[in-house]
Amino acid sequence: MNAPLRRAGVVILVLFGLLFANLNWVQAYKADDYRTSDYNRRVVVAQYDRPRGVIEADGKGLAENKATDDTLKYLRVYPKNEVYAPVIGYRPVSLGATGIENSENDFLSGESDTLFADRVKDMFTGNNTGGGNVVLSLSTKAQETAWKELTNNERGVTKGAAVAIDPRTGAVQALVSMPSYNPNPLVSHDEKAAAAAYNKLVKDEDQPLLNRATQETLPPGSTFKVIDSATALSNGYTPETQIPAGSTYRESGAVIHNAEDEVCPGSEVTLKEALTESCNTGFAKLGVKLGRDKIVGMAKAFGFEDEKLTIGNLKENTGLPVAASRTGDIANPDGSVDKGALAQSSIGQRDVRMTPVQGALMAATVANGGKQMRPYLVQKLLGPDRRTIYSANPTTLRTPISESVSNDLKDMMISVVENGTGKKAKIKGFDVGGKTGTAQNAVGADPHGWFIGFAFNDKGEAVSAVCVMLENVPGGHASAEAARIAGLIMKAAAGGGD
Amino acid sequence: MSRIPGMKTHRNAELGLLAFSMVLVAIYAATVEANQFDTIHPTFWIPAALLGALFLGLHFVVRFTAPYADPVLIPAVALINGLGVSFLRRLDIARAISNKTAIPGVFAGTGGRQLAWTLAALILAAILLLVVRDHKVISRYAYTLGLVGIVLVMIPAVLPSSLSEVNGAKLWIKLGAFSIQPGEFAKLALVSFFAYYLVRKREVLSLASRRFLGIDFPRGRDLGPVVTVWLLSLLVLVFEKDLGTALLYFGLFVVTLYVATERASWLIIGLLLFFGGVYTAYLLGDVVGGPFANFYDRASIWLDPFSQANYDRAGGSYQLVQGLLALGTGGLFGSGPGAGSPGFVPEVRTDFIFAGMGEEIGLFGLSALLVCYLLIVERGLRAALGVRDSFGKLVAGGLAFTLGLQVFVILGGITGLIPLTGQTTPFLSAGGSSLMANWLLIAMLLRISNAARGPANSGGTSDRPGSGPKKPPTQLHGAMTEVIQP
Repeated sequence: MNAPLRRAGVVILVLFGLLFANLNWVQAYKADDYRTSDYNRRVVVAQYDRPRGVIEADGKGLAENKATDDTLKYLRVYPKNEVYAPVIGYRPVSLGATGIENSENDFLSGESDTLFADRVKDMFTGNNTGGGNVVLSLSTKAQETAWKELTNNERGVTKGAAVAIDPRTGAVQALVSMPSYNPNPLVSHDEKAAAAAYNKLVKDEDQPLLNRATQETLPPGSTFKVIDSATALSNGYTPETQIPAGSTYRESGAVIHNAEDEVCPGSEVTLKEALTESCNTGFAKLGVKLGRDKIVGMAKAFGFEDEKLTIGNLKENTGLPVAASRTGDIANPDGSVDKGALAQSSIGQRDVRMTPVQGALMAATVANGGKQMRPYLVQKLLGPDRRTIYSANPTTLRTPISESVSNDLKDMMISVVENGTGKKAKIKGFDVGGKTGTAQNAVGADPHGWFIGFAFNDKGEAVSAVCVMLENVPGGHASAEAARIAGLIMKAAAGGGD
Repeated sequence: MSRIPGMKTHRNAELGLLAFSMVLVAIYAATVEANQFDTIHPTFWIPAALLGALFLGLHFVVRFTAPYADPVLIPAVALINGLGVSFLRRLDIARAISNKTAIPGVFAGTGGRQLAWTLAALILAAILLLVVRDHKVISRYAYTLGLVGIVLVMIPAVLPSSLSEVNGAKLWIKLGAFSIQPGEFAKLALVSFFAYYLVRKREVLSLASRRFLGIDFPRGRDLGPVVTVWLLSLLVLVFEKDLGTALLYFGLFVVTLYVATERASWLIIGLLLFFGGVYTAYLLGDVVGGPFANFYDRASIWLDPFSQANYDRAGGSYQLVQGLLALGTGGLFGSGPGAGSPGFVPEVRTDFIFAGMGEEIGLFGLSALLVCYLLIVERGLRAALGVRDSFGKLVAGGLAFTLGLQVFVILGGITGLIPLTGQTTPFLSAGGSSLMANWLLIAMLLRISNAARGPANSGGTSDRPGSGPKKPPTQLHGAMTEVIQP
């Protein structure tokens, strides 16, 4: 009986050998996969082991941490609830992160290479000093004014957006999307509750999770006339050049009317007057005369068709993605210029689509002598000990127009606010310029109201450029309410109190 | 049982090894405290000392009742048992810290309960060593034990699920707060019965044969008992929903059969029958479902544990995956005792204790544990080789092999080598049934190794009158076997 017993011993040896080999497979070969697996809760817990960096603006914490008693040691808290959500986003336990919380995640979590020295120091001191802090370029006053005025608008509009930019640097002063959402329930450590809150937002027909300032493209209406004007001025026109107008313009099946009968009924009008009164027939004819390529080319020069723009950290060009604004085809099926479409496109209708960010950039370019600065949200990155690790160094993104063209265009746009359709944007103590837009969309629906503009202080400095968009504004003069809100935002951004 | 002068008993070696094991357990406990509290309390050594005292008690019982027993068995088992208690206590401490409750005392919590079970198990083992002075006595109760074994196996199968099912496996008898796993004890009874039965039948089974394809096949009517056990284990598979237990019983029987007859044909027939049955059950589970569905589920989980569908569904691969992630996170060296997150491993006190420990002691620690198990099994087989009677050989060989197989089934299950089944990890998992049954198994191995290593006459009759059986059943002295009738 001893021979089979010995063989049984060999069988046991083989079985244990298999166990040992498999253990090597699991604990050595696959160890890294398992350690970082999405199913591995330790990954999540480790992220909550040290406090995440604070996101702040004007010295106010906008995303902070609260120590907890559970296994995830810190709870992310957004004290301003929905006001900053389109910028900051949120960072939930298991869902994907968004906004600055997502784009600056490495720095906030402390895993960034720039914070390597801090991690090494932690290892020796035994402390968990936490991640780096992000200082936003936002003006809390402008942001909160924008949110308050948008949500309390006088027309009862429920959807809209506002963007304010410092024309000299590209620093974003305000970025608001309405309706917004409260990010706090989404980052709850009760993951089921967080998922339920998220699903409720996803199902909401008003799309509160959609960042209307960066992601929604709508017909810009008359604000596109700024592009036409820039094209004309760059092609030998002056503000005083007479351009053809009239009460009605028919072109290849398209019929262009003016908003009201008293707007430019005469056969000719100066370019400046045309912009001031927002003369549709004048700009439609001007567009057709200048030609598709020049109009589309100028739109591109201002940032249309840019699919790669992001607003975040200048160094890495990461952050909130901005949807590309479009001019559309403006072509017949055979590829030749569709003049009817060109006439309509020149007044910002047909297939022209623009984001509020693009509108603000256009106004900022005019205010900054023709130089379009790259927009950014991250002003500074501070280490856990608040030493400065990165400071935004403004860069020029594009130069679509010359300084003299921009000066002419600036005067024309100031005339719009002083004497024309944008009077509601006026603010005391500032030279305000801008352009209104009332965009027809679906048949029977109320039009969208736009206002893009800028403000100069008494020293002649361009302190703010803004774009306000309100969707489906009832009661006529859709852009007037946008202009009023734009004025208040610029005043707040420039440092003026209420 | 008097000692023969000049013959080494190695009892002092056992004592030394035992002390070493307890030092390791104390170091483990100290490391746990360092990682959990950031300080080591001056009382850290108390559980290790208490365990040491218990094992010391058994050591003295062995000194007087089985002086020639293998000196490695008790220290090796004591190390595993001690680490098990310490790990369970570590879980209690972690839970108390996170709940902000008082740190449990030495006798509180799962760790304390396991300590108490260890005491009970050691008392049982000591009683067995004291009462059974000669392992051959057991053969007199072979049929009783066989019946008891089968009844123990069948009870959970016939009980309603509410009284017998834990985590999908019907292996339990649940009476209120108290539950036992009868299968743990059944394997001891069944090994004794098989050994007795096979000693009687070995001639019939090994000689009467037909040669086919170079393999000797037994006569058809002698296949009866084998087929019976095969059916029994398949019934266990289907009705107790547990492949591991079925594999355990069947493996146990086939191996004792093979050792008894020295016929490789039994192994081949056994393996073909078992894997054929398992594969058929798998196919039936796919097509028919019903009682086979559970097994089919477990097999498909094993084949692809990381698929989202398997992970998300109830009773899916969640446990297996979390166990694997714990092991992988531990890596080569582990996080250190007390520094891991066993809280994420489901069933970490019972089925998955090896995965929970693996995160903290790493591949190196687990390999050492595996070597300890291997040592115990191979020492058991060594006792089987050394003992002179057939019954002793079969009992020791069968028990040692079963222990090895059980370790393989559960550890293979949680490391994804074979489909996962709900077995306890011997000496490690929380639970009294497993601990008591396995310590009884060790006591049997100690008893048989004493006969194997002691002087030639010490195995036969007891020297002390009145303490053992008056007359050993002579027919079992490897002699009376059935003869083939022409």
